[in-house]
Amino acid sequence: MSRLAVLTGAASQRVLPGFGLSLGVTLLFVSLVLLLPMTSLVGQLSQLSPAQYWAIISEGRVVASYLVTLGGAAVASLINAVFGLLMAWVLVRYEFPGRRLLDALMDLPFALPTAVAGITLATLYSSNGWMGRLLAPLGIEIAYTWVGIALAMAFTSIPFVVRTVQPVLEDLPGEVDEAALTLGASDAKAFRRVILPHLWPALVTGTGLAFVRSLGEFGAVIFIAGNMPYETEITSLMIFVKLQEYDYVGASAIASVVLATSLVLLLALNLWQGRFIRRLHGGR
Amino acid sequence: MPFFTFLRRSVVATATAATLAGGIASPAMAADRELLNSSYDIARELFATINPKFVDWWQASHDQSVEVKQSHGGSSKQARAILQGLKADVVTYNQVTDVNVLADAGLVAEDWQQQFPNNASPYFSTTAFLVREGNPRHIESWDDLVADDVDIVFPNPKTSGNGRYTYLAAWAYADQKFDGDEAKIRDFMKRFLGNVKVFDTGGRGATTTFVERNIGDVLISFESEVNNISQEYGSDEYDVVVPPVSILAEFPVAVVEEYAERNGNRELAHDYLDYLYTEEAQRLLAGFNYRVNDETVKAEFADRFPDTQLLRVEDVFGSWEQVMDTHFASGGVLDQLQRR
Repeated sequence: MSRLAVLTGAASQRVLPGFGLSLGVTLLFVSLVLLLPMTSLVGQLSQLSPAQYWAIISEGRVVASYLVTLGGAAVASLINAVFGLLMAWVLVRYEFPGRRLLDALMDLPFALPTAVAGITLATLYSSNGWMGRLLAPLGIEIAYTWVGIALAMAFTSIPFVVRTVQPVLEDLPGEVDEAALTLGASDAKAFRRVILPHLWPALVTGTGLAFVRSLGEFGAVIFIAGNMPYETEITSLMIFVKLQEYDYVGASAIASVVLATSLVLLLALNLWQGRFIRRLHGGR
Repeated sequence: MPFFTFLRRSVVATATAATLAGGIASPAMAADRELLNSSYDIARELFATINPKFVDWWQASHDQSVEVKQSHGGSSKQARAILQGLKADVVTYNQVTDVNVLADAGLVAEDWQQQFPNNASPYFSTTAFLVREGNPRHIESWDDLVADDVDIVFPNPKTSGNGRYTYLAAWAYADQKFDGDEAKIRDFMKRFLGNVKVFDTGGRGATTTFVERNIGDVLISFESEVNNISQEYGSDEYDVVVPPVSILAEFPVAVVEEYAERNGNRELAHDYLDYLYTEEAQRLLAGFNYRVNDETVKAEFADRFPDTQLLRVEDVFGSWEQVMDTHFASGGVLDQLQRR
């Protein structure tokens, strides 16, 4: 009762009209944009018996594509965790000419159509491209290999890390590092024991989002992956192939695996983060 | 000063041209009739050339203005769009199977292949090779493609009709060579598929990989595409090789009866497809390096299309349905050949 009073009391001071209306609109929007497509996906799946479903999602070539996708996404996310943290650090802690430009550039992978990114990367890193030409004599091949897949995934998902770590780092005043240093911590120790614990939830969330995004990436990867069966085929391509065969149900089945993996990961991240923050604030 | 004069003049000229173009375009915008042609990906330039001629022809014979709208994309994707409700009047595809899908859904007549001449295929092509200048790997036929160190580029048969034709052509060749001995054919196909360097999802992607990325010794694609590339980039960079035996690739057309009827375009749609068989249209088609059946045009372009034995998919493999079921379906022969 008292809780309700607080809610309505608070609502009267809000900018948006009425709790009921705004929640209603939110739910309607979520239903239309998220739940409806998901329901139709699940609806497609209901046409399959469990055995059929299993046969589709456990087919050798599809399983190989999971491994390629997961491996690529893992490598991409790890690279992004390191370099995303570094970029956020540079953007927050230093003043230098062009900082705002660099800051704006961070969002480019979101703004650029992913297919354009894929084609550009393939052009750069193929054996006659600017980068590829330099790497080819060293025996390093990037375009049309597994490395290219990870590269494309890293490109499209780096803003997730930067943009989640950045605000947290902004809230962490530089005095904190200084205090740690004056209290006798080494640089490494100050980073490891003082700064990193603060950034940890944001960093893990950002990396997790980058990973999930990489799992579903199609446009950017497809142009730089060689798409060779068992070697450089990503799961999104397997879904595309099924659609191409007018096999909507098969496509939905494989899509459901990607979706389930992503959902479980996102949920786990949320739970973990909640617990972490409670612990940070001394709750039980 | 002269520079400014020039500038001003060109601005005026551009403005005038724009007004003129607008003036010409506006009656077309408000055309009496509209026709939507759902077509395959690489036919943009082709129909952009043919449509204005058809519009003139229809204007002259029916005293009515028509606007032909085009929709292009991978032909399976295009067919899927129609299944999901895109109200196209006619389809011009590069895949018999994609028209069959529409026929199965009752949108296209069951006997669509009998409604227009040559199995409802106003033009056709085959698969051919594009090799680097001077043909350094001496690639003349399918046999040369299974040598150990040859790198091949062609689109993925799983996602591209173009790639399917390549697969079928290689199989048909092997079938002829080994007299139907399936074990030997499969061995040949395994080596053939094993030499593929990159599997792009579509024909244009494969072209890019071969031309721009400089990957592979040979690109396999439609003869029309291969010739267009060689014309565009100059024959001093690439050579076209048409193998002595290859597959007949039909480009089927059909009226989407259900929607044409509803749009009141039945006659217009049929006439549009009939027009593709006229000498005028056939000449345009041949100009885009497609093979045609019109005898006069054939004679005019004889030097462009070398004589080659073209095998029909239906003769070698039975029906397209059988082909899809046996070879390209999930777990089919293609999957088996690529399994390891």
